Parts: sequence; structure tokens; C-alpha cells
Amino acid sequence: MQGVLRTTRNNAYTLQEIQAPSGTVVREYVSGSGKVFAVAWQGSWPPDMRQILGSYFGQYQEAAQAQINAHAGRRPLVIQRPGFVLESGGHMRSFAGRAYIPEMVPAGISAEAIR
Amino acid sequence: MSALNSAAFGSCRRKTRCMNSIAAVGLATSLLLAVGCGGGSNAPQVSTITTTGNNVLDIQVNSGPAGVYANGAFASATVCTPGTSNCQTIDGLLVDTGSSGLRILSSALTASLPQQKASDGNPVVECVPFVSGYTWGPVQTADLQLGSEKAGSVPVQVLSDSDFPVPSRCANSGPSMNSLSALGANGILGVGVFAQDCGGACVSTGASNPALYYECPASGCVVVGESLSEQVPNPVALFSADNNGVIIELPAASAPASSANGSLIFGIGTQSNNALGSAKVYTVDDFGNFITIYNNQTYNGSFIDSGSNGLYFLTSNTTGIPVCPDANFFYCPPSTESLSATTAGAGGSPTSTVNFSVANADSLFDNNPNATVFEDLAGPNTLAGFDWGLPFFYGRNVFTAIEGKTTPGGTGPYWAY
Repeated sequence: MQGVLRTTRNNAYTLQEIQAPSGTVVREYVSGSGKVFAVAWQGSWPPDMRQILGSYFGQYQEAAQAQINAHAGRRPLVIQRPGFVLESGGHMRSFAGRAYIPEMVPAGISAEAIR
Repeated sequence: MSALNSAAFGSCRRKTRCMNSIAAVGLATSLLLAVGCGGGSNAPQVSTITTTGNNVLDIQVNSGPAGVYANGAFASATVCTPGTSNCQTIDGLLVDTGSSGLRILSSALTASLPQQKASDGNPVVECVPFVSGYTWGPVQTADLQLGSEKAGSVPVQVLSDSDFPVPSRCANSGPSMNSLSALGANGILGVGVFAQDCGGACVSTGASNPALYYECPASGCVVVGESLSEQVPNPVALFSADNNGVIIELPAASAPASSANGSLIFGIGTQSNNALGSAKVYTVDDFGNFITIYNNQTYNGSFIDSGSNGLYFLTSNTTGIPVCPDANFFYCPPSTESLSATTAGAGGSPTSTVNFSVANADSLFDNNPNATVFEDLAGPNTLAGFDWGLPFFYGRNVFTAIEGKTTPGGTGPYWAY
């Protein structure tokens, strides 16, 4: 992903914020051991989900499809699997979401803080 | 590194330049204003439904063409080969104020519509990201009739995964919505606040283009610049009259019902049947959002969306309302909760109190197996404030004014109710 990068650090993690030229902001949460444990996004259009989720894209795809099959109707997406959580919402020209790996979120950090 | 894919993130970092400034992008932080409870009026809900007039299109909340929908409002549209009387009326189109543009499943379309071509003659094909997946398919041109209102040569998207190969960037959005089972509808009638689906960002190619429009020669699809007039528009904006917005009128639904009849009225203040009256005007920001205040917290990423099938807001943690054990996208309180929020224009005013209820979704569905109208269906919306879906419209006439259009309530975009 091309974009403008801003890095901030605290005791628990490093936050890498990338603004793509399209205006969409992606935030990567990196633990002290260098692992990305969460990502959040916001903008007029969603980011490339495969790019930001990497090997977790398949789980996202599968769970999103299952939710479509389970209950027709447009609504925010809530995926809560063992080892993978993704929540997203919005509408045309306004999208926001986040994904994280619960067991990798540093102690003392609330999932609510990932956004 | 393992986790959320180090390769993907690693490549991001290597390719980016380090800078220390960044534009804020309308995050849902609570800073704009301090309006407490009582900051607005609790206006009585008005649910007069206009059924006559040359600017009225019947809509119905029902289970949709797939027979599975809850809280979906559907309408019909007639599309014709431009300049001919070769026409087809397509029913089961989801009425959606959360998007702009007419999209029709290829499987539901029998009329022959000409393909839009790029300046080099290649077919133009579109990828539109939605929250739960993408729509993909060619941009074709139709003469369109909604009720008695007409627009000529309107670009529409025909949804098909097979006419042109789906580019990877599009498939990377998530699941395809290009089927009756995925969409629950024969198409989407997007009548939201934006005049086109993409707008200025799609006009030029380059890194800032969000990649909605492609041209597709045999060698493969590539992103193309698409002028505003070629983009798939909110079709209402192209009517010769009554073109500045719409009103959705649906009856109140104090109990679940098998169906509900209402109207989609074209125009705001253009005829005797579409005056703003006492409705207040709530402007929206560049993202099509306004403000909702709940428990003294301000959520600026909030929006009104007839295409969302419930009232989606916050999380269990914030609301104290549990989600359903079998469906974590719905709330399942032990007993129905009566709640209140304040909605406000994007600039902080005006405000009004919105009372709403959250019922146990499992009970709603179990106890009303034949119902499709659920005023109290709700669920979480973790990151985007309040998503006021179709239940918001029951018993409340909601105006949606199109960007750049003049109305008696000011220039769009705005919502009014």
C-alpha cells in the first residue's frame, strides 16, 4: 500500500498510520515483539481487504459469506471467531472497520481502543 | 511475525514515505458539541402516506424476491433500450438511501441495454464495495421510468460475475453480492444523498482513484477515469422535474407485520405532496454522515439508511444489551428496551430526540415467522456510530436531498424529518 505514514508509540504497542492517496486511513497496531495484532480503517472506500488482512482474508471471506447466507439483509458486519475478530460498517462513501487477534492484544489494552 | 500477515504489512511499510502529518478523517470522536438530553424537541411522528400524484412510486416492505428479507423496502422500475419501446419492468429492487445508483442483477434483466464504452471503445465495468461484499458488472445505459417519472440514457450497473472476469482488487473486497441469494433483491435502487455513486474521486486515474470503474479489453480489466456524467447516478437527479430528492413514507409498525405499504415520493417542495412542512433539515458531511448523541456521547459517523435492515448502534459493552447467542449481529435483550438518542445535523444543529426500542431479535423471528416488518430489530455497529436503518422510517416521513440540488430547505445534501 502506498501512502503517508505516521508512527506513534506507547508502552504497549506501536501504531502505524497510513493514509492512502484515496484518503482512506489504515492503522496497524504492532506489539512490542513486532507482530501486527490489529488493523483499523476509515475512509470513503474500504481498503484492499486482502492486503490488510493477509492470511486472514480467507476467514473474513468465509465468515462474511456465511453471514449473508444466514440472514439476508444489509447491516454492519460482525465476525467473532476464535483467534479472529472483524467488525465493519458504513455505507457508500463512508466505511470504517477493524480486525484483531484477541489473544495477541497486549494486556491492559481494550479492544474498544482499536479504531 | 505471524499475526495479521506480516508480509502484507511489511510491504506497506517499505513502500511508504515517513511524514509526520496526516489529515484527520472524521473519526467518531466526541468533540463537536455538548447537547444534553432535552436539547431537541420530541416532535410527534407524522406518518401521512401520499399515494396519489405523478411523482409517487409504490414501495412495499416484504420478504423480497428471494423470500427471505426482513425490513427491506422494495419497488419496481421500468428500463427500456434507449429510444425504443423495448422495456422491462423489474420488481424487487431494494430502496436504498445509503447508496446512489440503479443496480440490477443480470439474472433479472431481460431487456437489451447498450454497453457503455470508454473513449477507446472498451466496455466500462464497475466494482462497488459494500459493507458485506462487492457488486461487479458492466455499466449499461437505459431509459428509466420510476412511477411516472422518466430519465433518458441513465447509466446503470448490471450485476454479473461472468460477463467480465472480476479483477483481483474487486474480489479483494469480500464476497460477491451478484446473486439473488446474496442480495435478497433483484437489484438496488440507490436514492441517497450523492448525485453519483463515486463522484470526483473516480474522474481521474492515478493513485487517488478508489478503483470503482474499469475498462475491460480482452487483455483484462484496468482502472479507468470516469466522468461524472458517465458514472452511475442517483437516477432521481436526472429527472426533468422533482429531481432534488425523495421522501420515503412508511406506516408505523407497533407490532411485527407481514408487509407494509408505503410510497417513495420524488422531489422536495416541488409539488403539493412533497413539501417539507415542519420537518427539520439535518445537513450531512462530506461522507454522508451526521451526528447522533447517546448517553452524552457524540457519534459523528452516524447515518440514515433505508437499505440497512435494522437499527444498528454501538456495542454490547456500551449499551449493556446482549447480542443474540446464535446471531451476534442482532441484539437480544431479555425484555424490550426503550431508548432515546438525539440526532443532529453534521454542524451540530438542529437537534431532535429519537425514541426507539430494541426487542429480542430471536423472539421477534421465532414468534413472528411470517413477518417482515420489525420496528424493534436492532444490533451492534461497532465503529460507525448509529446506522438508522429501515425501522427509523416506520411512522416517520424522511426526506433525502441530493447534493448540489436546490430545495426550499436549502441546498442538498441533507436529511429532513
